[in-house]
Parts: sequence; C-alpha cells; structure tokens
Amino acid sequence: MTAPTIERGRGRTEDDPTAVPTRRRVSLTRPHHVFAWVLIAPAVVLFVFVFVIPIVYSGGLSLMGTAAGASAYGVREEVFVGLGNYTKVLQDPTFWTSLGNLAVYALFLVPIMMLTAMLFALLLDLPRARLRAFSRMAIFLPYGVPSVIAALMWGFLYVPEISPIYQLAETFGLQFPTLLRGDLVMTAIINVVLWGGIGFNTIILYTSLQSLPKEQIDAARIDGCNEPRIAWYIKLPHIVPATILTGLFSIIGALQVYSEPQMLSSLTPAISSTYFPLMRVYRDAFAHDDLNSASAASIILALATVLLSLLVLGGQRLAARRNA
Amino acid sequence: MTTTARTAERAEEDRRARETVVRADRGRIRKPKESVSLVHKLGGILPTVVLLIAVLYFLLPMVWVVFAATKSTGELFSTSAFTFGSSLIDNMTDLFAYENGSFARWLGNSFIYSIGGALLSTAVSAAAGYALALYRFPGKKAVMVGLLAGVLLPTITLAIPQYMLFAQLNLTNTYWAVLIPISITPFGIYLSYVFARGSVPQELLEAARVDGSNEGRTFVSIGLPLLFPGLVTVFLLQFIGAWNNFLLPYIMQSKSELSPITVAMFLMLNRGGSEPVLYSVAIAGALIAVIPVVIFVLVLQRFWRLDLISGSLK
Repeated sequence: MTAPTIERGRGRTEDDPTAVPTRRRVSLTRPHHVFAWVLIAPAVVLFVFVFVIPIVYSGGLSLMGTAAGASAYGVREEVFVGLGNYTKVLQDPTFWTSLGNLAVYALFLVPIMMLTAMLFALLLDLPRARLRAFSRMAIFLPYGVPSVIAALMWGFLYVPEISPIYQLAETFGLQFPTLLRGDLVMTAIINVVLWGGIGFNTIILYTSLQSLPKEQIDAARIDGCNEPRIAWYIKLPHIVPATILTGLFSIIGALQVYSEPQMLSSLTPAISSTYFPLMRVYRDAFAHDDLNSASAASIILALATVLLSLLVLGGQRLAARRNA
Repeated sequence: MTTTARTAERAEEDRRARETVVRADRGRIRKPKESVSLVHKLGGILPTVVLLIAVLYFLLPMVWVVFAATKSTGELFSTSAFTFGSSLIDNMTDLFAYENGSFARWLGNSFIYSIGGALLSTAVSAAAGYALALYRFPGKKAVMVGLLAGVLLPTITLAIPQYMLFAQLNLTNTYWAVLIPISITPFGIYLSYVFARGSVPQELLEAARVDGSNEGRTFVSIGLPLLFPGLVTVFLLQFIGAWNNFLLPYIMQSKSELSPITVAMFLMLNRGGSEPVLYSVAIAGALIAVIPVVIFVLVLQRFWRLDLISGSLK
C-alpha cells in the first residue's frame, strides 16, 4: 500500500479539516449499507421462508413419528424417534428400487442429452450447413412445451394404433416394440425428457460458441484446417466449461424427475407409484399420510443431490487446475 | 399491369438469367480440385441431413397434435396419423365445456402463475443482483454462499417440505402457495448479478452520486434501464418455468379452480384411463396448452439473451 492511500484512510476521521471531499464520500458510504440491504432484503426473506424454514421444518419432522398404541382414541401423538424414519426408508426395498431406476435413468439421460446438444450446437455453427436458423428454432421449440404436455403427446405417440411412427414402420413391414410395456418404459420416459431438454442445452452451447473470436477460426481456416478439425480442436475445448455446468444442471434436474413418469403412468401400468424416489415421496406424504418418512426421504434425496453437485464441481475445478 | 403478371414476368427473367449462368458454367473447364470439392459438398450436406432429422424429431409431436386435435376418439384409432379428422369443433366445444367450463379458468390460472411469478421473481432478482454486483455491505459473503447453495439445491425436492410449512400457515389452496415459492429463484438472482456486473459500470454510480442523485433514484433511472435486456431474459425463463410447473401446484392446490393447465391436463388424462372418450378432449387441450408458449418462444426469440446464461457458466 502506498502512503497516499493511508492518508486518505486517516482522512475518514471526522475531525480532520483537510478531508472535506473524502468526508463527503464517508457520509455517502454509510447509507449504502442500508440501501444495499433494502435491495437484497426481499430475496433474503423469501429465501429463508421458501428454502431454509421448510428444510429445518421437515428436518424436524423427519425425526418425529407417531407413537403406535399410545393413541387409542385416534389422537395421533408425535414422539421423537431420532433417525428411525431414516432407517425405515433406507431399509425399504422400494426405496432402493426407485433409487436404482433413478440411477439408470440419469446415467442414460445426461450423457445422451449433453452429447447430442454438443453435436447439434457444433452443426448449427457450421457455415456450410443449410437451414440453420430454422433448425435452431425447431430444436429449441420443445423447451417451451410443459413436460406434462410433452409426456401426454409422446404417450399417445407410443400407442401403436395411433402413432405415425408405428404406422410408418408397418408400411415397411417392420415391427416396432411397444415402449409402454415392461422394461422398455424407461426408454419411453428418457425419450420424453430428451425431447424437451436437448433444445435448451443446444442453444446454451451454441451461444457459447458465438463468443469464440472469429479471427481465431479464420486463422485456422487459412492455415488449411478443415471444419471437423476446427470443431474438434478449437470449438469443442471452448464449450467444455459450459457443457460441464449445463451438464450439472441436467444432473440436478434428472434427480428430480417427476412430471413425465407421473403423466405416463396414467397410460401404462408399467410405471408404479414408487418408480422414482420423488414419486415415492409423494405417495408417502399424500396417499399414506406419512409426512415423517416423506420428510426423511426428501432430505436424503436433497443431500444426495447437493453432494453429487459438489463432486461434479470439485472434479471440474480439479481438471481446470490441472489444465492451467 | 397487374402485380401477378409483373411477378410472373420477373420469375421468367430470373429463370432465363439462371439458364445463362448454367450454360456459362458448362463451358468452363473443370478445376482439378474434384476430390476436394466432393468433400466440400459432403461437408455441407451431411450436417444439413443430420439437422433435418433432428428437426423432424423435434417437430413430430407438435405437428401430430395439430392433426390429432381434429379427430374424434374413434378416428384417432382408425385413421392415418397425418390426416385431418372431422371433429375439431366438437373437441374444442367439449374441451371448453369440460367440468362446467373450467378449462378457460385453468388457462387463466396458468397465466396468473406465469406472469405474476415471473414479474415477482424478476423484480426480486433484479434488486438482489444489482445490490450484490455493485455494493459492498456486511453479510454479502453469507448471502452469496446461500445463493450458491440455493442454485445447487433440488427445488422440487423441497416442494413437500414447503407444502408442510404452507399448510401450517393456511396458505395452501391460495394463489400465493404457488406464487411465493416461484418468486425466489437463486439462478435468476445469479444471472442478474452476472449481468449487472457486466453492464452497470461502478463509475456511473459514482458520477450519479457526485451529481447528488440518491441511491434509490440511481437504481431506478440508471441501473434498471441498463439491466433491462438481461431482465427480459430472466423474465422469459421464469415465465416458461412457471408455465411448465407441475409438481408445486399439484401439491399445493387441492381445489381444481386454482389448478393451472398442467395439473388440469394430468387429472384429465388420469381420468381418461377409465373414460377413453376423454382422449380426444385431452389432445385438444394439449394443443391449446402448447400454443401460447410456442408463440412466446418464437415471437420473443430476438429478446432472448441466452449468451447471458452461457457467459455466466464460466
């Protein structure tokens, strides 16, 4: 630090007569705290009300349980059961089945979604590809369609008697498997989510490509680098950070899957009410009226998601540091 | 001369001009770069073909629903997918008459949640993002950490805890039960923060201070106009998010007169399992539910500042 800075610092005391302009600055910095807090207050209050209190509240609920036998007259008595609800959830095989389904779902969904989004973003960025503006619009459009409605439309497209896909396959003498039955139902769910999700990720990566300096690509082109090589060596490394983070959001989104399977379950018996963890939580809370174990399962799920996100972020930091 | 005749003449001229070019081309000696130009051509065709297949895939359900909405349930099962049926008007009448004409109300609810929620959360995000980007104040670090945690938290997992709290406060079965949770989005605040940091220079604030403007006035007349393009994007994202929201209103509202269209469509299809006649009504409903957002996405496309998001992810 240099001397003048220190002097200016001293000037902040009220009794320094030489510090007229700086004193003005002091009198202006104080209400700034107040004003900054006025601006941030709604967000903080809402954050506490919508995030913090519900988490604490359901954390409390997850440690409570109804005492069996103690309430002979139908009055439910809340007693402290410690981690009882957690062990109950963790010992329940349907919880592990739903978690297994979720793992399979996320392991297929996220890589396919991100790789396709990368491919489409790179293709949309090729100068020689035709109909780019139209394709971009068509790919982005499903983002605006509510997932419930997407599931409804695809649900009908999975019905062989109605679907144009099956009708087309039939004219070629092909037999398409029915997706809404048995094991293939997972494919049906993944397809709906991919249809709705690829577009948004594609556009994010595409706009990220737009920020790449034109001179760099022109220089590569002049040096005789062809388009696939430009895509591989210049464009791809450029969008990797954005891909990791949109991938992270896709993971967080994937772990919360609910609307699509819930909607499809009204068209097929292959999706049970405990198919995914969040569906199971819903069933516990509303169909079984067991808020305690629903809370415990919610908290396990939230913790697992945050842990996974931190792992991805940590991995990305580590990779970035190694590259630097 | 009529316009059509003029256009026809111009087209004729165009055709002739093109023929001349083709003839001239034929006369020219081929360059020896034959193989390169083949790769060149393939390099243009292959990406276009892949993109066109993608376009077909993404447009398929949208195009299908337009055709399917014109069919009765019988026609749905018996006619080819891309032919028009005969009962578009019947379907729409049935749809808007369903449950004593509730459909219009559900549509209206969706607009209330989307517009109200997006306005609220954009306002909250703008104020908070501006404060975080341009002021130093005690507790800022704690707010930033909370925000980051909020971005990583699985919001839908919190829906049931939120329901429990809101039920205690007798807030369930009100519009607020949905509007309050969607009015705070850590990601929206984060985007506003990134945008404010990039578009509102600190010097401008200081200049305003020297000129005697108070902080509130500076925010309204200097900060907000500069933030506006970013705020439009936040608004659009929140609007779509709220329009698509299903679980939150599904949990919070047990009265159907407060349901948005997503919940209503789910309940309709759920009943359709036992009453297949409802299928054609549900498909008509899907068409109506898709139209506003498609228009929204297309018309407002140039207002989307998505570079904002890709830029914020670095």
